[in-house]
Amino acid sequence: MTTLIKNGIAYINNRFSRRDILLKNGKIQRIAQTINVEKVEQIIDASGKYVFPGFVDIHTHLRDPGQTYKEDIASGTRAAAHGGFTTLCTMPNTEPVVDNIASVDYVQRRAKDLGSAKVYVIGAITKKSEGLEISEMATMKSGGIVAVSDDGNCVQNAKLMLNCMRYATNFGLPLIIHAEDYNLSGNGQINAGKVATKLGLSGISPLAEEVIVARDIMLAENCGAKLHIAHISTARSLELVREAKERGVKVTCEVTPHHLLLTEEACLNFDTNTKMKPPLRTEKDRQACVKALKEGIIDCIATDHAPHADFEKTREFDHAPFGIIGLETAFPVLYHYLVKPGYISLERLIEALTSAPVRVLNLPENTLKAGNPADITIIDLDAETTFTPESILSKSKNSPWMNQTVSSKVLYTFLEGRQTWKAE
Amino acid sequence: MESTPQFIGRSLYDLDDYSADEIMYILEAAKGMKEINLREYKKIPTLRGKTVCTLFVEDSTRTRMSFELAASRLSADVVSFQATVSSLRKGESLQDTVNTLNAMGIDLYCIRHSSPGSPQLVHKYSGKPVINGGDGRHAHPTQALLDIFSIWERLGNLKGIKITIVGDILNSRVVRSDLIGMTKLGMEVTVCGPRTLMPANMEQIYGCKVEYDLAEALKDADIVMGLRMQLERMTEGLFPSLEEYSRHYVLSKETIKFAKKDALIMHPGPMNRGIEILPEIADSEQSIIVEQVANGVAVRMALMFLILGGKL
Repeated sequence: MTTLIKNGIAYINNRFSRRDILLKNGKIQRIAQTINVEKVEQIIDASGKYVFPGFVDIHTHLRDPGQTYKEDIASGTRAAAHGGFTTLCTMPNTEPVVDNIASVDYVQRRAKDLGSAKVYVIGAITKKSEGLEISEMATMKSGGIVAVSDDGNCVQNAKLMLNCMRYATNFGLPLIIHAEDYNLSGNGQINAGKVATKLGLSGISPLAEEVIVARDIMLAENCGAKLHIAHISTARSLELVREAKERGVKVTCEVTPHHLLLTEEACLNFDTNTKMKPPLRTEKDRQACVKALKEGIIDCIATDHAPHADFEKTREFDHAPFGIIGLETAFPVLYHYLVKPGYISLERLIEALTSAPVRVLNLPENTLKAGNPADITIIDLDAETTFTPESILSKSKNSPWMNQTVSSKVLYTFLEGRQTWKAE
Repeated sequence: MESTPQFIGRSLYDLDDYSADEIMYILEAAKGMKEINLREYKKIPTLRGKTVCTLFVEDSTRTRMSFELAASRLSADVVSFQATVSSLRKGESLQDTVNTLNAMGIDLYCIRHSSPGSPQLVHKYSGKPVINGGDGRHAHPTQALLDIFSIWERLGNLKGIKITIVGDILNSRVVRSDLIGMTKLGMEVTVCGPRTLMPANMEQIYGCKVEYDLAEALKDADIVMGLRMQLERMTEGLFPSLEEYSRHYVLSKETIKFAKKDALIMHPGPMNRGIEILPEIADSEQSIIVEQVANGVAVRMALMFLILGGKL
């Protein structure tokens, strides 16, 4: 299959320039001012449209195996393609937990057979992510995992966590942490603050995140581990990361679109699609996240795509599960609410969705360069997207942006030259 | 008396959805209902043919009886759903339960549930008006209305009246609704309790005063309200013992001296005598605790009357 993308505004070396791009045999064959070839199967006129490297999400829950009524590898990667993503890293909190090589093999094989995106597997830090014993990380590493994480859970025992870090470092694995002190978060439902008081919901103190961020930075500093903090959400956590980076600690962090765009105020109408962990914080925290993203204290954006079925979410607030979907909404909402009004540049947004996550987990390069895999998305920034239960390809529809219309539209996505999404 | 379109078919989740005028209208209606309750034959035919469902997913005998009595006195049919003896305990979802009840032709739901926001859900599922009879720590607007009614009836006005509410503010839905309603009607509210039982940002949210010292909190109070102190807060690590709590926050003859002379004493019940309030105060001349219960029926009658479009 050969595809020629004509006249697109391509993101190359952190800049935008008008280029023709030829895709052949799954790779980017040529990039030039003008390419004229006679034998090409598809020509896309991308005049006025943007051509980006396929987006990379290093924090995805595909729910497969075990909870395929919420999502599976086929539906989740289709959703990814719809959102412009070509690479996902899957969190291990499936049923069973991906804490052994057989489970790693399963996810990789299914993704290869069915996937509309590349899938890299993240293995568990501890067996069953129970926080009691170290998992067989080295064996999983030989099976292809790119990092370890107990995401959704958090190792509470500091001594064990130190050992996990030392062990993971021994095999060159970065650790991704979901920072939550269980005693401090307790039965909390939303951020401990004004809205929690008003609604009578139990609060999750920012401290629940911050004390673990502080602890794990100290542990990583002690043993030289490579630490990545998932879905960072508070101003104080960001201060801790900034200080650690200044000291030279090997720490990186990610932020979700919802923590960049929404605050606890969104919970006021008891919409369970505003319930996630960590919870939506205050406006001060949100602004700190935007600033940190801009300055590079936050390395990258990750969706924390967490599908839940309607019957699970449409119920009493304190009985609904935590989490929202994100793959299909991420780029359009970030473009609409952050880039278009000028809070961050388009260049920084694309970097945070492409080369930055690649750097964080040391994944194969995916820039627009001849010889690289043809993982590409083409986006019309002037068009609009309306999110509806019908338009969302994920099996689950749990999004706070449902039924909203925002600027920009993903027109095409290519995975190794194969078209995985095309807008109507 | 007659309902007006602004009330018909409307839910009551909390008092912030109702204006000061609307609250006063409800209180006026409750006055009329109270008069009916004092008759020998305490029943009027206004809601004949309407069906009211009390949907109680959290135990409460007193509030449920108050709602059911209110509906009966207006001649509505009453069905009662209690989770302790029914399908919710077997794992049926609230949605399925409401769908089932709705199929039987319910006109108004009165719900008690441990989850904040569940009255809104019941409305979403049923499309019918819902009166919140207490949802978790969030709101208890009928209790607030009966509290305000009791004060208004006794003192004749509300503006500038100072009330001090003492106890477990953190876990109290009564306080949250009282604060909204009372401040809306011009009352000055002070809340008092130990820091571990005081939620964040109270002044900002409600425009009330926060005091941690009882004597300070009671200064100049026209009314003092105690709240039930629950033993389980001890195991949650919020305070060390009932005895120590009582030593610092009990309403007694001695502590009540800090308030105005003849200050009214209130309590939403059920009381822990000897812990947050001593019998010498609970049963004193100043206490209107029993009146609050009687007024609860009248206020709930008024709400049902207005929401279901009754006529007198």
